Amino acid sequence: MPDFSTPADWLPWAFASLMGLSILVYVVLDGFDLGVGILFPLADPEEQDRMIGSIGPFWDANETWLVLAVGLLLVAFPTAHGMILSTLYLPVFAMLIGLILRGVAFEFRAKARSRHKVRWNRLFFAGSLITALAQGFMLGLYIMGLEKTVETYLFATLTALCLAAGYGFIGATWLVHKTTRHLQIKALQWARRSLWAVIAGVGAVSMATPLVSDRIFGKWFSFPEILWLAPLPAVSGALIAALWIMLRRMPFAGDRWNWLPFATASVIFAAAYLGLAYSFYPYVVPERLTIYEAAAAPESLMIILVGACFVVPVIIAYSILAYVIFRGKATELRYY
Amino acid sequence: MEALDTLLLSRIQFAANISFHILFPTITIALGWVLLFFRLRFARTRDEKWMAAYRFWVKIFALSFAMGVVSGITMSFQFGTNWPGFMETVGNIAGPLLAYEVLTAFFLEAAFVGIMLFGFSRVPAWLHITATALVAFGTTLSTFWIIVLNSWMHTPQGFEMIDGVAHATDWWAIVFNPSMPYRFAHMVLASFLTVAFLVAGVSAFRWIIGDRSREVRAMLKTGVSIAALLIPVQIFMGDMHGLNTLEYQPQKVAAIEGNWETGPNVPLLLFALPDEAARENRFELGIPNGASMILTHHADGIVPGLNDFVAADGTPLHPPVAPVFWSFRVMVGTGLAMLALSWGAVFFMWRRRHLHDGRIPGHRMAVEGLPKPLLWALVPMAFSGWVATLAGWYTTEIGRQPWLVSGVMTTDMAVADVPAPMVAGTLAIYLAIYAALLIAYVGVIAYLARKAARGDDAPGNSMTHSGKAQVVALNPAE
Ligand code: HDD
Ligand code: HEM
Ligand code: HEM
Repeated sequence: MPDFSTPADWLPWAFASLMGLSILVYVVLDGFDLGVGILFPLADPEEQDRMIGSIGPFWDANETWLVLAVGLLLVAFPTAHGMILSTLYLPVFAMLIGLILRGVAFEFRAKARSRHKVRWNRLFFAGSLITALAQGFMLGLYIMGLEKTVETYLFATLTALCLAAGYGFIGATWLVHKTTRHLQIKALQWARRSLWAVIAGVGAVSMATPLVSDRIFGKWFSFPEILWLAPLPAVSGALIAALWIMLRRMPFAGDRWNWLPFATASVIFAAAYLGLAYSFYPYVVPERLTIYEAAAAPESLMIILVGACFVVPVIIAYSILAYVIFRGKATELRYY
Repeated sequence: MEALDTLLLSRIQFAANISFHILFPTITIALGWVLLFFRLRFARTRDEKWMAAYRFWVKIFALSFAMGVVSGITMSFQFGTNWPGFMETVGNIAGPLLAYEVLTAFFLEAAFVGIMLFGFSRVPAWLHITATALVAFGTTLSTFWIIVLNSWMHTPQGFEMIDGVAHATDWWAIVFNPSMPYRFAHMVLASFLTVAFLVAGVSAFRWIIGDRSREVRAMLKTGVSIAALLIPVQIFMGDMHGLNTLEYQPQKVAAIEGNWETGPNVPLLLFALPDEAARENRFELGIPNGASMILTHHADGIVPGLNDFVAADGTPLHPPVAPVFWSFRVMVGTGLAMLALSWGAVFFMWRRRHLHDGRIPGHRMAVEGLPKPLLWALVPMAFSGWVATLAGWYTTEIGRQPWLVSGVMTTDMAVADVPAPMVAGTLAIYLAIYAALLIAYVGVIAYLARKAARGDDAPGNSMTHSGKAQVVALNPAE
């Protein structure tokens, strides 16, 4: 733990936490709506409308967490921001194209001539998939320390596939919660299948991270840290097993507990994410730049932090309000 | 050479991205308020025509909003991918401004837009109205923050440079920098004018293809009235803005006027081909003393000239002249066309006021009064706001060159070290996608207008389960 006696010491830490939190919220929330996009071609047209209905009121707010995350990286760690984003120029570009395509296809498919609808549906799927693959690819490159070698790219390809499948998985659990009958049965099946990919992805990342860096290896496999770190993989393993069983038995009578797979999936995502965050702390550019070296001037960070302390709770409150208003099973979206 | 290419391509890419982005906020900023107006009229009068207008425009709002959001996300990554030097130098000032935009405005819009779009039959009327108002407020607030940042880049103050990095000393001075109030007012007005002409143009189109519904009349009158009311204000604000620029960025005004030598009795050029190599204009056509009159209110007032802004070794310290000169004329020309058209339309509709539909007291205009050519002219003018807005931004931004932040850093200091072919490749893809999306966007608006004119837009039997079905019952004929 760093010395927290002056703002210059604890501000970078506070901002790293805030940024970490918003990436996590983004991965879970936009994860499920990207996932629904990835599963899109597997459903028939009438089901597709309901899938859209299950994410329609939320996707924009979900993506705003990405804007916040990159904004915080930008304002709190400007040097790191430049370094990371210009190294990841092409995957970032692919992600942006993906986000553009899916965001607009979402709107166009409901408004354009019906004979064009199929085309927009395809773009919605393609955009969601490209976004997820690009994010997974960036995750892989980041874990491998942004090196440009063949192994790095191979590993990044693996994480790209796993993250896309992981989004598909959390999307499927969201649909289990928001849909009924046939679509729900289908969603359960999708969730069961993609759970494999989650296991593979979490496994690959957990194995690779300590191997890439001695520092990270040391952080995980030394005494006594290993004692209080042990619950993290243990809990994740137990939750995955529980999900496994649950998904096989669902839907339960009266559709009870339909929210549980999504909740469990979110906790698994959070646990995997915490593990990663622990590995990389205090680096913001792996092995090159720590959050303390990269931080912007404390006066400016203070201004933002004061604002954030007031505003973030309000944001969380009205985001919850939106989820409460649109709770329950998804219906077709209409403007009146 | 390599670095120069990257710089040029990055500039084109940034300009392409922000030009695409600004098109949609320009619509959503004011359309949010116009929708609130329709919604409140409906709540007050229970007249179904307002709800029909709301229903029609809320779709276009949703589409524009989505386009704005996704292109905006692209914008926020551009800083890192193409202009890392910008944040490294002025990040301590730009950062908090951008952060406040995200925290106070983006989340507000994003959370409530869902309720605004899809909540009509799910939440009580007051909450739906509140959500609509909050979205409109949110878009205006994000305009405020981004304009603060942009204005600060034009007229920076309230900071000191330490080791080549800007540090804030006075936030009040930063936010309320000298050009901010003018720029903000001019931009918000631009947005309202864009929407006014969009609403009027699309309604004129529906009228021409035979739609005589009451909502078309209401929308056309609303659009034309907003335009007629605001265009004089905009021209006045534009003049004030120009005077402010004269004070803080004289080299930009010199380029706008196409004036090379500082001096009195400078004409207002209507046409000229500025030639930077020869440092003079070809084919000048102007109003004698015009520029001096406008800028100083005296025929012999002194107007700055471009030749004052040249370094000792001959490199120009002023912006490229021709693009600034011409984009300014495109903007002002569009503004004058807007003035002529909206006042003409109001006049002709007012002349036939005895034909007005008589249901709302105080509405003293009849659409039947509009002559055919005027109606037809309104249709292409639907997108005139876009032309003027882009032209205005090109004037402003190109007029700031070679500075990125006036007097603090030049544009070439900010550029990323990315290989030029990579930037060229991504630029080509962006351009292709933007072109396709623009065509689709305009096409869908035309399609929605045709559909609404045919009457296929009504809630009809697709209305299910909700308790608000009386809305349909109010207007069974639709
Ligand atoms: C509907 C849009 C629209 C219309 C009709 C006008 N403008 Fe404008 N103008 C803008 C939209 C705009 C803009 C896009 O909003 C700009 C770019 C930056 C800004 O603050 O406003 C702008 C910039 C801008 C500038 C540059 C400010 C600078 O130096 O940075 C000047 C001098 C004017 N305007 C003046 C005028 C005048 C005299 C007009 C009279 C017809 C006029 N504008 C009509
Ligand atoms: C929204 C309307 C805007 C348009 C249409 C626009 C257009 C442009 C154009 C055409 C340039 C290139 C000038 C040149 O290189 O000759 C430019 C430069 C730039 N503008 Fe804007 N601008 C807009 C608003 C903004 C805002 C709000 C910001 C900042 C928050 C901004 C930041 C920049 C930066 C960083 C550059 C440097 C890149 C460059 O010089 O090409 N612009 N803009
Ligand atoms: C460099 C400059 C800019 C950046 C980085 C930027 C960034 C963004 C981002 C990230 C969003 C999406 C917000 C969301 O997720 O809801 C957005 C939307 C928006 N932007 Fe920009 N923007 C820029 C320039 C501008 C300018 C010049 C204006 C207006 C004058 C503007 C007005 C808006 C508005 C009103 C929205 C929300 C509504 C909509 O999407 O239409 N922005 N912007």
